[in-house]
Amino acid sequence: MSDAVMGAAMPAARPVSRAAVTYNMDVVRKFTIAAMFWAVVAFLVGVVIAAQLAFPIMNLGLEWTAFGRLRPVHTSAAIFAFGGSALFATSFYIVQRTCHARLFGGEALHNFIFWGYQFFIVMAALSYVMGFSQGQEYAEPEWHLDIFLTIIWVAYGVAFIGTLFLRQEPHIYVANWFFMAFIITVAVLHLGNNVALPASFFEAKSYSVYSGVQNALVQWWYGHNAVGFFLTAAFLGMMYYFIPKQAGRPVYSYRLSVVHFWSLIFMYIWAGPHHLHYTALPDWAQTLGMVFSIILWMPSWGGMINGLMTLSGAWDKLRTDPGLRFSVTAVGFYGMSTFEGPMMSIKEVNGLAHYTDWVVGHVHSGALGWVAFISFGAIYYLVPILWKRAGLYSNRLVAWHYWIATLGIVLYITSMWVAGIMQGLMWRAYDKLGFLQYSFAESVNAMHPYYVIRMLGGVMFLLGALMMVFNLIMTVRSASTAVQPARETAVAGA
Amino acid sequence: MFVKHETIEKNAVLLAVLTTLTIAIGGIVELVPLFTIETTVEKVEGVRPYSPLELAGRDIYVREGCYTCHSQQIRALKDEVERYGHYSLAAESMYDRPFQWGSKRNGPDLARVGGKYSNDWHYAHLANPQSMVPESLMPRYAFLANREVDPARVARHLRANKTVGTPYTEEQVANVAADLAAQADVNAEPDALAKRYPKAVQVQGDGRRVTEMDALVAYLQVLGTMVDFTNPANEKLQQ
Ligand code: HEC
Ligand code: HEM
Ligand code: HEM
Repeated sequence: MSDAVMGAAMPAARPVSRAAVTYNMDVVRKFTIAAMFWAVVAFLVGVVIAAQLAFPIMNLGLEWTAFGRLRPVHTSAAIFAFGGSALFATSFYIVQRTCHARLFGGEALHNFIFWGYQFFIVMAALSYVMGFSQGQEYAEPEWHLDIFLTIIWVAYGVAFIGTLFLRQEPHIYVANWFFMAFIITVAVLHLGNNVALPASFFEAKSYSVYSGVQNALVQWWYGHNAVGFFLTAAFLGMMYYFIPKQAGRPVYSYRLSVVHFWSLIFMYIWAGPHHLHYTALPDWAQTLGMVFSIILWMPSWGGMINGLMTLSGAWDKLRTDPGLRFSVTAVGFYGMSTFEGPMMSIKEVNGLAHYTDWVVGHVHSGALGWVAFISFGAIYYLVPILWKRAGLYSNRLVAWHYWIATLGIVLYITSMWVAGIMQGLMWRAYDKLGFLQYSFAESVNAMHPYYVIRMLGGVMFLLGALMMVFNLIMTVRSASTAVQPARETAVAGA
Repeated sequence: MFVKHETIEKNAVLLAVLTTLTIAIGGIVELVPLFTIETTVEKVEGVRPYSPLELAGRDIYVREGCYTCHSQQIRALKDEVERYGHYSLAAESMYDRPFQWGSKRNGPDLARVGGKYSNDWHYAHLANPQSMVPESLMPRYAFLANREVDPARVARHLRANKTVGTPYTEEQVANVAADLAAQADVNAEPDALAKRYPKAVQVQGDGRRVTEMDALVAYLQVLGTMVDFTNPANEKLQQ
């Protein structure tokens, strides 16, 4: 491998002779705070809707607090507010560091991106609660918010891609390929899926230009790739920077990252129809979706291997760096959900899993185990650097967070596997006389204990996040983490 | 790879262009045929655009996020067809903007709930689901009975649907207020309504005050009833 390529494979390489760059870390700090704030909100609303399914009285009989209005608040808060803010923070950090350049555009642009995005989130959440929704999963905001988000997204693209043009390194580091693919694809998906005619200029109500089966395919082209590019590709960008950093080793295989990147982004796009098996969608489309979903297993595990093997020779760091434990476990969960996903894409398996809690279990092994854990790992790594502290306030508390959150995930996903498979089997069970054995209400009743367990798992996950918030606040505030003058250089170079 | 990857990763424009092309292929191959192949949505007799009251009810269904708990898509599986009825045809949701097939069944599928219960059952169930089905997880929607449907707004919505392609006739557009009132009054003269919207179910309201509850029940009562599956012409329908 040539030197140049090694440089691309290892973010640590930084020639000494370069002029110092003043990075814009202010916007990174802001998005980091936002990510933690929204994490707590998203998990809290998650616990509330979990409680509503266990105890319907928790709907409170009010229109604003009914499950149907709060569930989109949860999904948007988790994916777009928490996940999104974590991605803005890390992508802005990574692109500046790996390009050795200050973030493109002025402070005004960066502030516009930050406040604009936060405003979008708050308005979207409020609008669902007030009863405005496009009624399509992960694309619930109405047309005026869609337009606003488009403007923010273009500004984000300008700042990010602009920075690539300012880079002083010849190569664009692999993490940035993933972030760029995420930015471009999300823009295409958002514009493609939200083509709708407002009922009037003054009304937050619109009608999609697509209807029925076409609407369904466009929506799942969008929805699946929101998973593929928002919750996967972008977080892989995080993985490709922070794991090598935390482990102090270069990415395991440069060649594998090239293959991983191109095959992943190519195949993901095809897989949307696995959300529509046995429906009125034409068979050829279902089959295409299934085939590509199964093949998708390979690039996914290629990425996982690349992440995990980066630790070879540095596994001992897992004992001393509890932040790294989050990142590595995240990659493990990524491997698990990208094995489960292809399996659930097989038509016969999907016949059982679709519409059940098995899908919800799959979602959260990805969402909690992968998305949230890789973000926690990155944020634990970033906060001392961003606030120029000597280290975290308490590594023991990180360890506690790790175990309580892991246990929460285990409770969540195992209860949903049992619930989902039980649901699927009850719906298709026949009695001796050849009649359907269970009424729907009986299957609802059977879910109750599992919904309670899931809720407890959620509470544990939320508690862990609260510990994290406390730990991070103390890291920034406490005298015990202040940088000793002699150690300052070490931290600045981190 | 035909070019050395170094060339790509040293050039942001090239990387962006190649990325865009790579993600475009799958989408184009799957989406374009679906919009152009005629067999995607076979014409089926009986499927018609929603009446004004049903449309208003559908908008409430979307607004309340009923789709987070209910699917509207019966899959072509044996148990499913036995539990809910004939599997869903593409044509049956051809005027659905947005489609509401759903992805999670915390409650049963609603694609053919029309006609399964009386109007009275729906009014009581929506107001307090647990009073009808004790195990139910469904939230209460009693507040819908206190909210009126604004005919001018419904007319606007109907026209918007027409603009994006739902084939409402001029006559239908001109009679929104009359059809709305007629359908929300079991005692109203049904002929004109039934001519414009066959199989529309009249609901309980008194015709002067049309509530959101009336609208939602009218919508639920038409779900899955438009196609007559006893008609031999429809028997061999494929999806
Ligand atoms: C929290 C999940 C949830 C939400 C949200 C919800 N439902 Fe339900 N729904 C259920 C459950 C569970 C049942 C089965 C028990 C029962 O009949 O109440 C049900 C049953 C029904 C039934 C009877 C179906 C049958 O075949 O017996 C109808 C009709 C219905 N819901 C309509 C609605 C409408 C309309 C909305 C939105 C305004 C809605 N539901 C929102 C959970 C939900
Ligand atoms: C404390 C943590 C959490 C709890 C208790 C929780 C709980 C829930 C519940 C109860 C549902 C509704 C399931 C249903 O309709 O049956 C749900 C859906 C969902 N949640 Fe979470 N959640 C949590 C964290 C997260 C996170 C961190 C993410 C994403 C990063 C996330 C993403 C989603 C998504 C995408 C859905 C929709 C799933 C689907 O449509 O199949 N959740 N969650
Ligand atoms: C190779 C990778 C993957 C494949 C092939 C895959 C496949 C699937 C399948 C078959 C479903 C069920 C659809 C249904 O029956 O309704 C599903 C749902 C889902 N998956 Fe995955 N999955 C993969 C990875 C992931 C990852 C890493 C995440 C990260 C969070 C994720 C998030 C989701 C979400 C949010 C849904 C629920 C969509 C909805 O119904 O609202 N998936 N996936």
